[in-house]
Amino acid sequence: MKISKAAAAAAVAVALSLTATACGGSDKAASDGGASGGAKDKIVVGIKYDQPGLGLKTPDGKYTGFDVDVATYVAKELGYQPDQIEFKQAVSAERENLIANGDVKFVVATYSINDKRKERVDFAGPYFLAHQDLLVRADDTSITKAEDLNKKKLCSVTGSTSAQNVKTKLAPEADLLELGGYSECLTGLENKKVDALTTDNSILAGYAAQEKNKGKFKLAGLSLSNENYGIGLKKGDKELQTKINAALKKMVEDGSWQKAVDTNLGPANFKSEPAPQITEGS
Amino acid sequence: MFDFLDSGQYDVLGAFWVTVQLTLYSAAGSLIWGTILAGMRVSPVPLLRGFGTAYVNLVRNTPLTLLIIGCSLGLSQTLGIDLAGDTFKETGFRLAVLGLIAYTGTFVCEALRSGINTVPVGQAEAARALGLSFFQVLTLIVLPQAFRAVVAPLANVLIALTKNTTVAATIGVAEAALLMKEMMENEAQALFAVFAIFALGFVLLTLPTGLLLGWVAKRVAVKR
Repeated sequence: MKISKAAAAAAVAVALSLTATACGGSDKAASDGGASGGAKDKIVVGIKYDQPGLGLKTPDGKYTGFDVDVATYVAKELGYQPDQIEFKQAVSAERENLIANGDVKFVVATYSINDKRKERVDFAGPYFLAHQDLLVRADDTSITKAEDLNKKKLCSVTGSTSAQNVKTKLAPEADLLELGGYSECLTGLENKKVDALTTDNSILAGYAAQEKNKGKFKLAGLSLSNENYGIGLKKGDKELQTKINAALKKMVEDGSWQKAVDTNLGPANFKSEPAPQITEGS
Repeated sequence: MFDFLDSGQYDVLGAFWVTVQLTLYSAAGSLIWGTILAGMRVSPVPLLRGFGTAYVNLVRNTPLTLLIIGCSLGLSQTLGIDLAGDTFKETGFRLAVLGLIAYTGTFVCEALRSGINTVPVGQAEAARALGLSFFQVLTLIVLPQAFRAVVAPLANVLIALTKNTTVAATIGVAEAALLMKEMMENEAQALFAVFAIFALGFVLLTLPTGLLLGWVAKRVAVKR
C-alpha cells in the first residue's frame, strides 16, 4: 500500500517536472504573468552582462552588443519578437548548467566550441571566429610576436581560458596577473603596471571601443589562438540546432551579420574575419 | 568521475599549500596587529582610544573583498606600492596578507577586548598600586590572563580567516579558490566533483583547527 502511494507520488512529481521543463525555462515568465496564459510566448536567452561590444547590460536596463544582436536575430527566426526575449546572465562557469537545467533555451555568450563542453551541451554555429589577442597602450610597439610576452607583465581574468593559455603554452615566463574582471585590468594597463591585457580580440575590441577608453588602447593584432564562438543549446536537441544554424546562415547572407559586427566592434578599428562556415550538426 | 585529477594539469595540493601559507602569515600578523589595537582601545590616551575605535569599526564593517581589491587596484596598480614584490605572484601574495591582517586584526582586537573584561578590575588596580606603568599592567598582568580566556573565540577567528583567504583569488593569488575557478572553466562535466574536492579540502583544514584549539582552550582557561 505504502509503496504504491509513493510510486504514485513519484509519478505525479515526474509528470509535473516534465510539463514544467517542456516550456523551456519560461516558468519565470509564467510566474510573472500570473494566470495570463502567456507563458509560451517568451524565450529565455543566456548572454554575458559585462562585456562591452558583445553582451552588456547598460545601467538603464537595456542590452547591447554583438551577441545580443545575434541572439535577437536567431530568436526572430524562431518566431519570437524582441519584446518576447528575456535575457539571463550566463557567466562562463555556469553556462553548461543553465543549458542542461533548461533555465535558458540557448546561450550566446562568447562561448568557444570545444570537445570538453560538447560532452554536456550541443552547439550551433560557429557564428564568429575570434583569436586570443593583446590590448596594449596606444603608443606601445614593443610586442610583435608571442615570444615577446615572456618579458612582459600581462593581465587576464582569473581561471579564464586565455589566462591558462598564457601559463601553459604561449609564454610561461610572462608575469601574469589574474584579476576578477577585464575592466580591473584596464586600471593597471593605464597606469603602466601591466603591459598588456589578454583575451579574445572580440572582447578586447569592445573595451577599446568604449567611449571612456577611446584613443588610449589598441589591439596588438596577434592571432594567438582560434576561438570559434557557438550558440550553446541542450544536448540532443537536433531540431533547435538545425533551426539556429539556418538562422545564422540567413543572418550572414542578408548582411545583418556584417552590420552587427560593424556597429558593435567597428569603432576599435577591429578587422574581423569573415563569417565562419557552420560546422556543428550539419 | 574524478579522472580529470589524473591528467596532472591541476596542482590541487600546491594550491591548498598557498592557502595554508596565506592563513599562517595572516594569522601571525593579525594576532600582533589585533593585540596592538586592543591595547589602544583600553589605553588611557584618548587619541589612541579614538583611533582604535574608529579603525576597528571602519575596517570591521568593510567587506573583505573591497579591502583586498583596494589593496590591489588602489595600493599596487594606482599608487605603485608593491611591498618589494618583483612579480605579480609575490606582490599579490603580500598584498593579500596585508589586506587579511588589516581585516582580521579587528576581530582579534574585539575578541581580546572581551578577554580583558574577564580579568577582575582589582588585578589591574593592585598592579597599579605596586607602581607598574600602564604598559606593564597590560603586558604582565592583564593580557596573559585575557589571552587564556579567549582561545576559543580566537579559534573561530582563525577558522573564518582560513575561509576568507579564498577572497585573495580575486587579485590573482594562486590559492585553492583560483584553481577551483580554473577547473570549473575546463571541467564543466564534473562540476560537483570539483566542488566536492574543494569543500572537502577546507573541511580538512578547518575541522582539526577547531578541535585542537577547543582542547587547548579547556587546558589553559583560568578557573575563576
